[in-house]
This record gives sequence, C-alpha cells and structure tokens, in this order.
Amino acid sequence: MYPEGATYNANVNVYEEVLDNGLRVLVQEVRTAPLASVWCWYRVGSKDEGPGMTGVSHWVEHMNFKGTTNIPRDKVKGIIEQFGGYWNGYTWIDQTTYTETATRDALDRMLFIESERMANCLYDPADCESERTVIISELQGGENDPDQLLDQELTATAFRAHPYRHPTIGWLGDLQTMTRDDLYGYYRRHYVPNNATLVIVGDVDRREAMRHVVQRFGAIEPGEVPKVPHTREPEQLGERRVTVSREATTAYLKVAYHAPSVNEPNFFPLLVLDAVLTGAKGLNLWASFRTPPPQRSARLYRALVDGGVASAVNGGLVPTEQPFLYTISVTATEGSSLASVEDATLAQLDAVRRHGITEHELEKAKNQLRARLVFEGDSISNIAHQLGYFETIASWRMVSSLRERIDAVTLQHAGEAAAQCFKTTNRTVGWFDPQPPADEGAAPEGEGAGSGPVSVRRP
Amino acid sequence: MKTTVEQRGLAPVRSVLDNGARVIAKHAGATPAVTIHASFEAGTIFDPPAEPGVSHFVSRTIDRGTAAYTAEEIAERLENRGISLAITVNRHALSLICTCLVEDLDSTLMTLADVVTRPAFPDPEVETRRGEIVTMIRQDEDNPAAMASEGLLSLLYGDVHPYGRRPRGSVETVERITPSSLQTFHAARFRPGALSLVMVGDVEPARAIDSAARVFGAWTAAPAAAPILPVAPPAPGRRVRIIPMMNKAQADIAYGFTTILRSDPAFYAYWLMNNILGEYSIGGRLGDSIRERQGMAYYVYSALDANVAPGPLLIRAGVNPANVERALASIDEEVARMANDGPTGQELAESRQYLIGSLPRRLETNVGIATFLQMMEFFDLGMDFDLRVPDLLARVTREDVHAAARAVLDPSKAAVVVAGPYRGPANHRTSDPSNA
Repeated sequence: MYPEGATYNANVNVYEEVLDNGLRVLVQEVRTAPLASVWCWYRVGSKDEGPGMTGVSHWVEHMNFKGTTNIPRDKVKGIIEQFGGYWNGYTWIDQTTYTETATRDALDRMLFIESERMANCLYDPADCESERTVIISELQGGENDPDQLLDQELTATAFRAHPYRHPTIGWLGDLQTMTRDDLYGYYRRHYVPNNATLVIVGDVDRREAMRHVVQRFGAIEPGEVPKVPHTREPEQLGERRVTVSREATTAYLKVAYHAPSVNEPNFFPLLVLDAVLTGAKGLNLWASFRTPPPQRSARLYRALVDGGVASAVNGGLVPTEQPFLYTISVTATEGSSLASVEDATLAQLDAVRRHGITEHELEKAKNQLRARLVFEGDSISNIAHQLGYFETIASWRMVSSLRERIDAVTLQHAGEAAAQCFKTTNRTVGWFDPQPPADEGAAPEGEGAGSGPVSVRRP
Repeated sequence: MKTTVEQRGLAPVRSVLDNGARVIAKHAGATPAVTIHASFEAGTIFDPPAEPGVSHFVSRTIDRGTAAYTAEEIAERLENRGISLAITVNRHALSLICTCLVEDLDSTLMTLADVVTRPAFPDPEVETRRGEIVTMIRQDEDNPAAMASEGLLSLLYGDVHPYGRRPRGSVETVERITPSSLQTFHAARFRPGALSLVMVGDVEPARAIDSAARVFGAWTAAPAAAPILPVAPPAPGRRVRIIPMMNKAQADIAYGFTTILRSDPAFYAYWLMNNILGEYSIGGRLGDSIRERQGMAYYVYSALDANVAPGPLLIRAGVNPANVERALASIDEEVARMANDGPTGQELAESRQYLIGSLPRRLETNVGIATFLQMMEFFDLGMDFDLRVPDLLARVTREDVHAAARAVLDPSKAAVVVAGPYRGPANHRTSDPSNA
C-alpha cells in the first residue's frame, strides 16, 4: 500500500517517505479546517556558523524570500496571499524553517515555492545590500529591549567554546562585512534535499500530496551535507557573572544554567522543575509565546512577584539538539535592588536543589504540561511545526512520545536533575543595571541583541 | 461528515440570558478543549478622567481574591488543571480569556463567575500589583515603540478624549488609585448587561449555554451606563513630536490620522485601503518602499482601528536614527500617492481576495474563532457576518477606496511622533522632550 521505505505511524497518523534525493517528507491528514500548512526545515542554524560569519544562517533565510529562477522578484508579493495565506520563516541555533499556511487548493503552490527556495534562489547583489540594512535594523530594534540585550550577553558568558554562544542574528561586525558570495556559498552548501525535512499537515490527501512533492522536488540533486564541527562546551568550574550598564528605567536579572539537550535523560525532569518554578510553557516554540504560563502558584512567582520584589518572572527551557541553557528571567520592581532580587531567586533554586519538589507539585506540573500538549495541537501549523522542529533536533517520532516522557518523570528524577543542574558552578548570573539619564550623549553602538529565534517578519 | 467554515459558516448559537448577559457558543472539535472569552464593556475609555489607569489596574487585580476565595486558592483551582487565565484590557473592553480541557468547563466557569461578580480587591494584593504596574509604566517609558504609539494617540486625540490618555495611567495617577477606586469601577462596569461570554470548543453549544446560564443567570444588576465619547478634535495641520531617547539604538516612528466609525458604511473601503497601504504581504505599499526597495526597516506597517469612536489609522516603523527623515518622506510619499491616485485595479482585486481568502485561517483555532465572535458581537454585525464578508468586500469599488484615501490621507494633516536616539532634523534641532 505504501511505497518501499515509507512507514506509517498509527500513533499520530503521520506518513513518512524519504525521496531518492534524501528529502524526508512527513504528511499528516487533519481535516478540521479547509487549510493546508507546509513547513520546509533545514538542519542548519547559527551553531553551524564559523568566525566572521555569525548571522549568516538568518541572513540567508531573508535572502530566500527575494525571488528565484522561476519566481521573479516582482512576483513574490502575493504568491501566497492570493490563497488567503500566511507565510513566514525563522532561524535559530539548530534550524532554519520556512512556512506557508493557506487554503488547501494552494498546496501545490506552496510546494512549488519551497522547491524553488531549495534550489533556485537568486541572491541579486543589490538585494543582498538592501537586506543587510534591514537585518541591522532588526538587530537594533531588538537592542532597544534591555531584556534581549541582557539575554545575549548572558548567553555569550555562559558558553566559552560552543557556538550556541553567539546570537542568531549575528554580531554587528560580521553583518557589516559579509559578502554576497559568503551568503550564496552558505546557501548552496546547506540547502540540499538530503539536509531538509518537508512537513505537510492539513486537509490534504496524502497520496495526492506525495505526487505533488515528487513532481516538485524529485529532480533536485542531493549534495554533500557539510559536516560542521561543534566544540563541546567544557565543564564550567565556577559561577560566572556579567553586568550590562546602560541608561534605562528598569533592572533585570537573568540566571542561566547549562541544561541537557532534548536527547538526554534529565531534559524532561528539568521541564517539570521549570513548571514548578515558573509555570508550564509546553514544548512548542511557535505556540508557547501566545499563551502565558499558569504560574500564579509557581514557586518563583510566589516568592518574587507576590513577594513584591519583581513584576515578572519567566523560565525558559527549550528542546535543543545539544546542551543549551535553562534561563530564569526576572524584572525587578521599581525600588528593589538587583542584589535582593538575586538573593530571593537563588534561595528558591537552592531549596529545590537541596530538597527537590513535592508530590503535589509534581502532579500539578504534569497536569499543566499535559494540558499544554493538548492546547498546542489546536492548529495545523502548530502540529506541523512540532514534527519538523523535533526532526531537526532529534526525531519527529519523539512528538508522539512527549506525553509518555512527561508522565514518566518521578520525584527522584526531578530531585536528581535539580541537584545536578542548579549547582553554583553551573550558573551564570546576569544583571541589567539601569543607569540614570546622561545629559547628552551619542547613541550607543549596537553589537546585537537577544539569543532567541529570529523571524523574517514579525510573527 | 465534516463541518467546515466554507460549507455553512460559523453559525454560532447566541442566547441572551434574562439578566441581559449575552452568551455565544460554537462547537469546534479539533482538540478536547474549550476556549472561554468573557468580555466586559469596561475598557480604558471608562476610566474616570481624574483616575486614568483604573481599568488597567482592575485587570491586574480582579482575580486576586473574592468574597469566597483567596488569590492563592483561585490560582490553585485553575493551575492544577493547567489553565492560565489571561486578562486583557483595551480601549473598550476588559476580557478574561482562558482555555481549559472540556471536562473542566463547568468548574472553570464557576471560578470565572466568582472572579467577575465578587472580587474583593484585598489591600495587600492591591499594593503588590501597584508595584508591578509602576514598573510596567517605567518599562513603557524606556520603550521607544510604546512611547511613539502613546505619543501619537495623545497628539491625535488630546487630553479630553479618552483615546488620547495613556492606557495604564502614569506613575503619579497609579499611586493615587485606592481599593475603593477599583470597587467603584467594578460596581459601575461589571454588570450582566455589559458581559459578552463566548465559548468555543468541543462541547455542544446548548450544553455550554446551559452551563453559563446556571453560573451567571442569578446575577442581577441594572445595565451599565453607555459610554459618552466626545468628538475627536479636528486635525489643525501637521503636528510633529520628537521624544529623544538617546540611550536607544533605533528610532520608532508613529504616523497617523483619525478615521471613521466601524458602523460607517464606508468601513469596508477603509479596510481595503489600509490593507493596500500597509498590510498586504509584507506591509503593503509602505513595506515595498521602506523595507523592500530602500532596506530601511525590519518592520513598517499600518493598522486601522475604526471603532465606536473614529479610531486611528496608525503607521509604524522602526528605523536607524540616520534614516528618520528619509523614512518620513517615504511615508508622506506613499500616503499622498494613495490619496491622489487611489489603488490600482489589481491591488484592489488582490487585497479583496486576500481578506476573503484568509477568513478560514483566522477562524481555524478556538481562540481565533472566539476573538472573531467577540468582534461580531461588539459591533453588532450579526451572527452570519462571516458569511457576508465576501459580498461586503465585493461591493467596494476602486473609486470607494480612492474616496476613503482622499478623505483621511493627507500628509499636511498627519500627526507624527518619533521616539528614539533622534533630536529632530539636523537643521531644525529641538531638544524639547515635549511631555514625554
């Protein structure tokens, strides 16, 4: 019934096929709305960038919206909008992705766009120059936000050697000096079918969808996927600290711990700990921004926000291919010193490190995480995102086991993960220390902002 | 058997309870969950003129303890079931929004009813939240995007019209707000007749409406007073306000006009005009010029808020301070070009097709449907509005859109605010941070 090499995962109704050129295709039929969502994922992100080239993955992503051999520059506008569609793309540390969601009759159009993007982008020199300043504007807009600025400094301090240390948008110096040929060469090396996963979810027939996929992508030649070496981060030997001093109104604290990758046993216990400390965010990067976590009864919220020293607290643990960070972000209330906010934060983390969490907290965290899994499956774009995202960091098959992995976390696992993760020697503390206004002064020179994913347009 | 939007539209079930509360329910079975969206006519326009920020303060405190439960108990009840309650406030509405599993619908409705009908505003909670709000206002004051947008509304609407006031108030006004200010605001605005409750999810509408009637049916109070909004002041000419924020890397531009009422028959022409000017694809004509051709900005767009008062058409962009004047000149050029020539036939056809074609996508998720249903209810558009959109847009001619553009888009009448590391044109420096 299925072509050779194809498999069908009944658990999540995902149909998988790998084309001869190495392109992995995942199709899931979901008929709740007359829509289809297409995501094309590449296993290339900012951790794959060498010296002088920081930000190249994201700049390449921008260039891949600028016309192709068969989609002239002036025909890009409207190509999906004609079908009522939405498009976007983002780049982060492990992956680059492109997406369209539109009415189901646009499926072949979406596949055509993605096949063109894979093989035939133009990189007109004038477009490369004009996009250079758009990206620098994106960087400077992020830098206007003290929280993003601190996040970037903290990440660069926590990592000494691993390329997760530099921001995905890149350092300003590299953005000013990279050339069109740098961009084009990087594009050609990484954008090959055997480095990509194409995900289709929605009101589609999987056989028909596969016919279109083969027609659009089948003739694209595979290439040799570059083997990019990633230096393993050496073990941290003591607490690290960084302070950003700038004219501003508000103080911010961040505490980051080296965290396990999604493939390590401590990841899910740490996810439970984060839910106990700051409320469950779920596991969907694309959806989790939109709904605030249930955190009123979380430990750090109670201690810091109800305690009056902070106006906001958030925890960030995102599934990544290699060990990244668990980061706690705190906004100090007017009049609270950073030292007192830090003391109150570390006291809570230390209590969890020494005593673990309670049975009641474990159950509540699991309830929250299970509910988030349900809520995150509310749209075809969210469903498709998860399949592709997990394929770039582990395997798409992990998506159907998330609930099981959460259920399996015990008090002992959580206690062990806390003891290991929340050690002083594993910690980097960042302060954004606001300075009173200067009378006169030049605008500060920007060097980048934020360590989060960056999109080609505002989501 | 499938029911999709294209086959018969949303077709929600709407019911008015005896106490005047409006309840709207819609079945959507994609996930075993229900989104609850309870909206009260209690937005920032209802702030007493002497106490700007009360509505926002209520949004931060209404769920922090009731006659029956403490703040901790309310949080536990919701969060043990994975529910996070978001409370938002805009100019007109204060809304409580959450998504729960189907099995938790009744208990969640009970918690929500307790919160909206019997909030206690306990002193210690009010004091803690005051500290948070003051910090939020300080953050806004350090945020060029927030300063530009607030500054523009103040230029367009002045101090007398509530649209011109800062939605969170100022540090000074927030310091003056007492628990009794919150109680008074609650008593005046939180009434059954001011409630529109929408439920969307995997539950039969009749069953959801029954549950809501059981929980809210016994609540009685006279209808809340209708808002009285002064007429927006006419534009005396071009007004420019510079808010220097020299600690920042990028300047935020806000540029705009007052427009029309949502109930104005010309609304559909304005909707299309705004889409062509600053929305379609990556920011319409503005995006083509400022982002795509000139590479000056990561974001540039326009947004239209025709409302129960003539809301703003707001153009926003973030640019390098060296490019402020060039960006403003380009905005002037696109605004004038739209007013002078109107859209092309092709632009109109494309935007129309996009706005119609994007409806199924807007109506895909429970939250998307709930937001749309609240909009239909708030503007009294009828429960079949989604089905009528194609026809309403199809009737708009190129001349209608051109007329809309001529009526509002005039650079010589524009209000302009620049917030960021910028002190004004090089030959005309002003260091006046006029009421920043």
